[in-house]
Amino acid sequence: MLELKNISFDVQDENDHESKGILKNVSLTIEDQKFIVITGPNGGGKSTMAKIIAGIEKPTSGQILLDGKDITDLDITERAKEGISFAFQQPVRFKGITVRDLINIASGEKLSTGQACKYLSEVGLCARDYIDREVNASLSGGELKRIEIATVLARGTKISVFDEPEAGIDLWSFHNLIKVFEKLHDQTNGSIVIISHQERILNIADKIVVIADGEVVQTGKKDEILPELLSGTGSCKYYGEEE
Amino acid sequence: MDAVEQKILEEVAGIHEIPTGAYNIRSNGKSIGRNSSANIDIIPKGDGSGIEVHIKPGTRNESVHIPVILSQTGLNETVYNDFFIGQDSDVTIVAGCGIHNCGNQDSEHDGIHTFHIGKNARVKYIEKHYGEGDGNGARILNPVTDVHIEEGGTMEMDTVQIKGVDSTKRVTKAVLADNASVTVREKLMTHGNQYAETEFSVDMDGENSSANIISRSVAKDASKQVFKSVINGNNKCAGHSECDAIIMDEASVSAIPEITANHLDASLIHEAAIGKIAGDQLIKLMTLGLSEKEAEEQIVNGFLK
Repeated sequence: MLELKNISFDVQDENDHESKGILKNVSLTIEDQKFIVITGPNGGGKSTMAKIIAGIEKPTSGQILLDGKDITDLDITERAKEGISFAFQQPVRFKGITVRDLINIASGEKLSTGQACKYLSEVGLCARDYIDREVNASLSGGELKRIEIATVLARGTKISVFDEPEAGIDLWSFHNLIKVFEKLHDQTNGSIVIISHQERILNIADKIVVIADGEVVQTGKKDEILPELLSGTGSCKYYGEEE
Repeated sequence: MDAVEQKILEEVAGIHEIPTGAYNIRSNGKSIGRNSSANIDIIPKGDGSGIEVHIKPGTRNESVHIPVILSQTGLNETVYNDFFIGQDSDVTIVAGCGIHNCGNQDSEHDGIHTFHIGKNARVKYIEKHYGEGDGNGARILNPVTDVHIEEGGTMEMDTVQIKGVDSTKRVTKAVLADNASVTVREKLMTHGNQYAETEFSVDMDGENSSANIISRSVAKDASKQVFKSVINGNNKCAGHSECDAIIMDEASVSAIPEITANHLDASLIHEAAIGKIAGDQLIKLMTLGLSEKEAEEQIVNGFLK
């Protein structure tokens, strides 16, 4: 179980040097084996929260507990070792590092080709075509996104956080992506946290958390939250730039 | 051969003992082994200044190894090796020099290699430079590669220098006839106070000739690297050069490209990028459980792979 307790995150405004609260006293519990989707308008603090879970950002105040252990002061590597995985909204490109290298690093051991390919097949990539390709600019956004997800699958940790897995993906890839998450939802043993604007991803959530203006404005089961979100002002689909 | 020589031989030529096929092994200024094959003749020059390698036309799938070992401190030599590659042949040439310097005097090997590549011949040329030894004497290598490619000929050159060489100036020149092409892949890593200078110059004189020069380098500590490339398009041709460097610590890298089109149908491109390891690359690998140092190593190893 992952608990965020009274997390605040402030940044200094570049223009007037005023301190601005990106997250304001946010508390959230991620129960074991639950599929949780965090949604809300752009700029509301969702990505920041994901980065705080992974240790990429340090909260200004508050506490993070993983299975009761305080991990607030652990760095990225230490948190990864404690069992937290993070899929980037914009996957990183490398020169010379292959898909196989990334999957081996993620799994923490040298996998056989068959084992490594299994993860690629799970995200709908024809493994043989990809396993020895470099994770560089020659891959499309959709391919990179799926490889990014495969590295998280290869880790198989207690907590997996996906920051807007649908961002930058074309309709065709998106269809496949939904299937990947549906399968993940059915099969996973760990907790999954997805930041998303997509109704179809919200639709497979056990719990939906709505974050707006740095605060949790709603938390509840899909059946309670989703109808309200969809009937609310406009739509919950905030397609747009990253926060 | 003693253990030091054997280790160097393995580093620069990837061979454990005497190679098969044609070879010439030079150790501390003398040839310690030479073999010609039915199609490849290795002939020492009369004045002892180097060797001539003659490859008969139509020779296919054969290789020549010409490693050089320097394990005496204070040895300073310049060697002139000439290669004559017959038309329609397809061969691999493995050169390379390793210096083991435990003494206090500088050791230097300057290999001047001239290639005459015949019509429609293909040459894969692999060159590795390596230095070791804990003496105060510098390990210096200044190779010159001078390539003349006739009509339809091809040269692919892989040049690698990972650590250990204190000072190097590498000069590679190529002149291309019609339909000839040259590809150079350079991989370089410097550390400590090392200095490495690379100079490429290609004249694409022939119609439909092409040149592709790709350099990837990592400069660590207080080392310095200078990359110069000059590509002249003198006919309908295509030229591309690329310098991609990672700097770390207090290192410095300069890239000085020059591309000149002297013909309306010459198409020339140069790309250069120098920078430190991207922060998000480190973060990504750290989220997979690597420490910052391990992540750095993975990125550098991948980059120079």
